[in-house]
Amino acid sequence: MAIREPERIWWKPFSKDERMWVTVAVVWMLVSFLFMPIYHLYGAQNPPSETYKVEPEAFDKLVTKMIDKYKVGEENGFPIVHPDPNEPVFIRAQMWQWYPIIEFEKGKTYRVHLSSMDIQHGFSVQPINLNFMALPGYDYVLKLTPTTSGEFHIVCNEYCGVGHHTMVGKIYVKDAAKTAAN
Amino acid sequence: MANQDFRICSESGLKVYKNAETLIKWNVIAALATLAVGGLMALLVALTRWPSVHLLGLTEYYRFLTAHGVDALLAWILFFEMALVYFASTVVLGTRFRGVVVGWISFALMLIGGALINVIIIMGRADVMFTSYAPLKADPLYYLGVILFAVGALIGFIMFFVNVVYAKRDGGFKRSLPLGSFGLAAASIIGVLTLAHGAGIFIPAFLWSLDFIGYIDPSAYRLVFWGLGHSSQQINVCAMVAVWYMTSAFVVGGKPVNEKLSRTAFVLYILFINLASEHHLLVDPVLSTWHKIVNTSYMMHLAVLASMIHAFAIPASIEVALRKQGFRSGLFEWFKKAPWGNPAFAAVALSILLFGFLGGITGVIFGTEQFNIIRHNTFAITGHFHGTVVAGTTIAFMGFTYLLIPCIFKRQLIWKGFAQIQPYLYAVGVAMLSIGMMSAGAFGVPRRHYDITFSGAPFSFTFDPAIDMFMSMMGVGALLAVAGGVLFILIGFGSMIWGKEVK
Repeated sequence: MAIREPERIWWKPFSKDERMWVTVAVVWMLVSFLFMPIYHLYGAQNPPSETYKVEPEAFDKLVTKMIDKYKVGEENGFPIVHPDPNEPVFIRAQMWQWYPIIEFEKGKTYRVHLSSMDIQHGFSVQPINLNFMALPGYDYVLKLTPTTSGEFHIVCNEYCGVGHHTMVGKIYVKDAAKTAAN
Repeated sequence: MANQDFRICSESGLKVYKNAETLIKWNVIAALATLAVGGLMALLVALTRWPSVHLLGLTEYYRFLTAHGVDALLAWILFFEMALVYFASTVVLGTRFRGVVVGWISFALMLIGGALINVIIIMGRADVMFTSYAPLKADPLYYLGVILFAVGALIGFIMFFVNVVYAKRDGGFKRSLPLGSFGLAAASIIGVLTLAHGAGIFIPAFLWSLDFIGYIDPSAYRLVFWGLGHSSQQINVCAMVAVWYMTSAFVVGGKPVNEKLSRTAFVLYILFINLASEHHLLVDPVLSTWHKIVNTSYMMHLAVLASMIHAFAIPASIEVALRKQGFRSGLFEWFKKAPWGNPAFAAVALSILLFGFLGGITGVIFGTEQFNIIRHNTFAITGHFHGTVVAGTTIAFMGFTYLLIPCIFKRQLIWKGFAQIQPYLYAVGVAMLSIGMMSAGAFGVPRRHYDITFSGAPFSFTFDPAIDMFMSMMGVGALLAVAGGVLFILIGFGSMIWGKEVK
C-alpha cells in the first residue's frame, strides 16, 4: 500500500499491460516532442526571437520619425501611418494605448518593432487572436505578413493598471491595388 | 522514551503522535480558512467577469483578483501541503515529529506572511496581480509578506526531510519510504528548489521596492518568477498524485501495482519539470527560439510522461484492490461497485479525470510554441490552470480532508449526505468554469480584464457573440463550484467542532 513500506525487493520487471501503456505514452510524447522543433523549421507561423535592447526614449524617437514620414491620416486623435514595407514599423505600448494606427498592405512582409514605454503589456491582435509580449527596455521584432484585408484591433492582455481595459489600438490591412489607387 | 503520547488511528491502524497531530490540525484549519477567503474572492471576481452581472467596481476587481490568486493558489494549497508533508513524514511512518518548535515557527511565519499580504492588498497598496511583474511596483510590505510566507513553507519542506531521517533512525521504515511519502519527498525536493527561485526574485523585488536596487530587468523577472510560479505547481502535482495513491490505499486498500513504475515517474517530475516552466515565456522577447524549444519541448514531455504513468498506475491499483475484494465479474464490475458514495474516493476519481482531461491535455497543447501564439494570456490560460489547480489539486485535497477529519481530528463527518454530493457538485462547477474560460479564450477574450466591452477605449471592438454563452457558462460554473466550496468548508469546520468523536 502507498502508506506502507514496500517489500524488500520492489524493483521488478514491468508486466505486459505496463509495458504497453508506457510504450504508447513514450511514442505519444516523442511525437509531441518532435512536433515543435519540426514545425518551427518548416511551419508558416512561429514566434520570432529577434530582440534588441532599447531605451524607451530612443524607441519613442523612432516612432515619431516614422509617423512624420508616413502619416496618411488621423482617427480619434491617433495618427494613421502607412509605412513602406521595406522599412521598419514601430508600435509603441504605454499606459493605456497602442500607438500609432498602422496601415499595412496585404501580402507584403513587414518587420514590426514592439516595445513598451512603461510597464509590461500584452500585444493581442483581434479577432485573429495573435499574442505577444511587449516589455519595456526590449525591442521585439515580429515578422508579419498580413494575409487578410480589413480592420483589426490590438487589445492589451497583460494587466497594466486601472486603464488596462481601455487599452485598445487599431490596425488596417489594405489590398495592395486599392492602396495604390488612393 | 515516553510512549504514552501516541494513539492508534482506528480507521487506518496508523500510529499518531500527539505533537504531529496538533501541528497537522492547525495547518489544515489554516488551509480551510484561506480557502474560504479565496473562494469568496473567486465568487466576486467571477461575477464581475460574467458580463451580464459585472458586479464589482474597477479597482475592487483587480484588488480582489490579486487576493484571490494569493489565497486560493498560494495560501490554501501550501498550508494543506504542510499538513500533507508532516502527515507523510510522521503519521505514515508511525514516528513522532522531531523539532516541533521549528514546525510551529514555520506555521507562524506562513500565518504572518499570509495575513500581511492580504492586509496590504485589501488596503489597495498592491494592485499588482499574483505575478507582480516588474516594473509594476507594490508596497514593500507586500514583497515582505511573500518572503515570510515562502520562508515558512521552505522550513516546512525541510522539516519533512528532518523527520524522514529521524524516522529511519527510529525504525519508522527500514529501507524504502512508503510510496505516499516518496511522492511527498519528490514534492518537498521540488518545493525547496522552487522556493529558492522565489527568494531569487522576491528578495531583489523587495529591495527594489525600497529603492535599494534601481532597476529590475522585466525579462529576467519573468524568467525567475516562473521558476517559482510554475514549479510550485509541480509541488502541487506531486502532492496531489501522492494523495491519489494514499487515498486509494486508505479507501480501497489499493496497492501500487508496480512500485518501480510509480517511483520512476516521481523522479521524472523532479528532474524535468522545473526547466519546463519556460513555456510561460514562449512569446516573450529575449530568449532564443532553441532555448525555448529545448526547455519546453524536451523537458516538458518527460514530465508529462510521468503524469501519463500515474494516470495508468493509480486506476490500476484501485482496480486490482477492488477485484481482490470480490468484484471480479466482467470487465467493469469493479468500476460499478467502487465506493462512489465515499467523498474521499469520489474526489480522487474526479480529480484524476479532470486533471488529466481538462488541465493536463490543455497544458501540453498551450505549452507548444505555435499554439501558444494563439492562447498566451487569453482566458484559455485561466481555464487551463483552473483545470489543474482547482479541478485537480483542490478537489484531491478536499477528498483527503475527509480522511484527515476522522484520522487526525478524531471526528466523524457531519452531514454525510451532503458530503457525498460535495465532490460532484464542486467538480461539475469547476469543469463548467474551466471549459467556459477555455472556449472564450479561443475567441481571444483576455485574462485579468475588467471589461471586455472596452468601454472608454479610443476604439470600440466587439468579440464574437459566441463568447456570451461561454462567459455565462463560466459564471454558472463558478456559482456551482462556490456552492460546493461552501459545503466543503461547512462540513470541514462543522465536523471538527460538532462531529461525533471517533474512539
